Amino acid sequence: MLYEAIHRQEGARSTKRIEGKVGVSVSSQNDSTKDNLTKSAFSRRSWLRGAGIGTGVVGAGVLEQEADAQQAKVMSGEVEISLNLNGRPRSVKVEPRTTLLDALRNRLDTTGAKRVCDRGTCGACTVIVGGKAVYGCTMLAVDAVGKNIQTIEGLAPEGQLHPVSQAFVNNDAQQCGYCTPGFVMASKALLDRNPNPTVEQVEKGMAGNICRCGTYVGVRKAVLEAAKMRGGSNA
Amino acid sequence: MPDYKWPAMNKRKIMGTRVSRLDGPAKSSGRAKYPSDMNPQGLLQTAILVSPHAHAKIRSINTDAAKSMPGVAGIRTFVNAGAEVQWANAEIAIVAANTEEQARDAVRAIKVDYEVLPHMVREENLAKAGTRAKAAGEQITGDPDQALKDADVVLQSEYGIPVITHCCLEPHGQVSEWKGDAINFWPSTQAVSTVGNQLAQALSFDAAKIKVTCDYMGGGFGSKFPADSWGAEGARLSKDTGGRPVKVFLDRATELTIAGVRPSHFMKVKVGAKKDGTITAWQSDSWSTGGFAGGGMAPIPYVYANIPNRRMNHAAVSLNAGPQRAWRAPNHPQASFLTTSAITDLAAKLNMDPLDVFLKNANLTLREATYKSQLEKAAKMIDWKAKYHAPGEGKGTIRRGVGIGVATWGGAGHASKCKIVLHPDGSVEVELGSQDIGTGTRTCITMVAAETLGLPMSAIRVKIGTNSYPASGPSGGSTTIGGVSSSTRKAAVNALEKLFEKVAPSLGVPADQLEAVDSRIQVKGNPNKAMSWKQAAQKMGPQSIEEMGENVPAQAPREGLNTLGASGVQMAEVEVDTETGRVRMRKLVAVQDCGLVVNPKTAESQVYGACIMSICSALFEERVMDAVTGRVLNPDMEFYKLAGLPDIGEIEVQMDITPEHDARGIIGLGEPCAIGGGAAIANAIHNALGVRVPLAPATPEKVLNAIGNRRYA
Repeated sequence: MLYEAIHRQEGARSTKRIEGKVGVSVSSQNDSTKDNLTKSAFSRRSWLRGAGIGTGVVGAGVLEQEADAQQAKVMSGEVEISLNLNGRPRSVKVEPRTTLLDALRNRLDTTGAKRVCDRGTCGACTVIVGGKAVYGCTMLAVDAVGKNIQTIEGLAPEGQLHPVSQAFVNNDAQQCGYCTPGFVMASKALLDRNPNPTVEQVEKGMAGNICRCGTYVGVRKAVLEAAKMRGGSNA
Repeated sequence: MPDYKWPAMNKRKIMGTRVSRLDGPAKSSGRAKYPSDMNPQGLLQTAILVSPHAHAKIRSINTDAAKSMPGVAGIRTFVNAGAEVQWANAEIAIVAANTEEQARDAVRAIKVDYEVLPHMVREENLAKAGTRAKAAGEQITGDPDQALKDADVVLQSEYGIPVITHCCLEPHGQVSEWKGDAINFWPSTQAVSTVGNQLAQALSFDAAKIKVTCDYMGGGFGSKFPADSWGAEGARLSKDTGGRPVKVFLDRATELTIAGVRPSHFMKVKVGAKKDGTITAWQSDSWSTGGFAGGGMAPIPYVYANIPNRRMNHAAVSLNAGPQRAWRAPNHPQASFLTTSAITDLAAKLNMDPLDVFLKNANLTLREATYKSQLEKAAKMIDWKAKYHAPGEGKGTIRRGVGIGVATWGGAGHASKCKIVLHPDGSVEVELGSQDIGTGTRTCITMVAAETLGLPMSAIRVKIGTNSYPASGPSGGSTTIGGVSSSTRKAAVNALEKLFEKVAPSLGVPADQLEAVDSRIQVKGNPNKAMSWKQAAQKMGPQSIEEMGENVPAQAPREGLNTLGASGVQMAEVEVDTETGRVRMRKLVAVQDCGLVVNPKTAESQVYGACIMSICSALFEERVMDAVTGRVLNPDMEFYKLAGLPDIGEIEVQMDITPEHDARGIIGLGEPCAIGGGAAIANAIHNALGVRVPLAPATPEKVLNAIGNRRYA
């Protein structure tokens, strides 16, 4: 089985792929010595704990040893969880491996966040969880329980536009538009954190999002305009 | 015959103004529903099993175990035992299940027995291609041997540009529903009016009973015309499961390996010139691959095509790699890179400023005056005079340089039909079987209709995105804007004529004395003899006015609404770190003509976007094949690199809007602006370093190799 445990760090793209069946991490840390495990402990250990996946599912190898050590409860099939989505509790059945993104798109018909790279690189699935921008594809749905999840649908009621969305329209910061919800959410999170960003801070803040049509010139202007609308002065 | 001509440039009220795209709010609020967002009731999700081998014969496929997995509703195979797959990730089987997770589990339970066969997946060294290289016929003009002998200076050099992928953010795929004798098909497509016909053919099904819908699509760039094998099997899975809707979208690795690539292009070249920079001779031996079927010759020498003496030989190399599809301006970016690299290096050998060589030889192009003027405009924008220096001249670790790229494209309008309905209540509907692939088509159609009918854009309801409407061509080759604008214009003029006939008696003048201005129908030039649009509409009686307009490409040149022949020049300024090999963009400027520009705002966006795509391919993009396993090593978005916002530097776009260009009518824009940027960047790097980085993309490794005068593998 192929599991992907990927997380987004501020401004950095980091990816860890874990091949469950053979217990090999395809990232650079596929050494199973104790020391290395401790160093990379983010990660596999907390991920396993969070996912609640035990030996039966994961199989042999490093992961099994770690999982044994954790004595995690075996959980398989679908379970019902409640997600606090855009200010409303939403009940949804997910598997332990279901990402937040897939729970939103496939199970809650909340499709603003898009699945593009599906491994924490492109930002098309950016949502705001607990006030921070995260890649929806890098977070398991079960890990989002108890946290405030904001998607682009939650920015403004249908028929109205959030100022960031409006700035994207004004500056034509979109062509095919598939990356746009991710950019809008990343912009919103950036401006929440830093209401008055410089051009360089905008570029850095948007560096975790990729647009194939090449709308970055418009995005750069849009974020600065949105900051201005919200009272920032660098724009 | 009615007068369809565009209103004079200074009389237009809507066309030519900067309008924000009408579907912008839907997109930037996340409410726009793309095909991959469709979740109809009872939806089945799918996963596709692909070949791990680049070349193999399939001995057997066993789906028994998979069939009994939880949630599985249907399984189909793309190939049968005995078939050969010719590239890795070729589609083998597809599972439909209640959830995606279940479908993926079931895919892993399918057993395929392969007989692995030898493969070849790399083409950069033609000598190793053996029988996989097929020569195309030689093309000779003049006497290249003599001309090279007579030349004062002969440049001899080699250049290459690798295969890159489309990397559409919305992967290829569709939702389909085969219920009874009808199919609903929601593909991510560039071709709503033709994709259903293709599907019908694949399924031996009645094309009239396939309804295609695509309101939004997440990027195609030339790769999303066909119905595709997964389109056909997705529909069959729906039929197999009693008409449940089935969603098929490729995962990223499959998307990047089999859903289309841009061919590579390599070239060994000799260019001869006189001392004064006049180019006299060209001789190229080139090769390329677009996958198993080989690859055609790019149009080299490019733009500077009429070199009097030339010989071109080309070989198509067949590889066990995913097949090519049209990629924004097929073969032109490669041609511009190869040709302008050679001209720039020739200039260095002549000790001349390349700008002078490009200007001096502009007579070798089809539009000498346009290219000269665009070269001069772009040179001003980038401040060429101040920034150009002899190649490699400069001190310190960080070196700067400037370079030139050129472009040409056709871009005449495709066949397009438009229906306009004027209703007695004053409302207006415009219907076309076209699509908006992100270029602003919806907005431009609305602008043309509003301009023609003398109404505000808000009074027009434009309906596109399904094959239920009158057919328009696929959005490829920069043909859409000319096609849909012309058909809309004609439909609107035709509809107005009918309305004028109804209104004329009340205003007491013949119908041909009326005009539609500012939401009124008035006697030409006399606003006092007028009635409001609403009053005029009431004169129709109970029946709406329905009129068609058609763009017929063969007639279009006579009508003058659209034409072909766009030109563009791009210039780049880069900064190269000679210790790390890293290239950073400082500035990219684009001067682009495309005739009459309907909406400068969205047109500029296309050019900005094309500049950024050029930065991607010049500095980052390369599909890397592993010779041993035959697989793509970077079918993802962390190692298949695209530029991010910090990578683009400053970009300046100048739409070359002039009365002379405007008078030519509308010309397509999507392709021409995506051609010259990569070439300009490569040439700017040469200017910075004084050595050529012969293979794109100019990654730190390749830059350091060039500085160290090391050859490539």
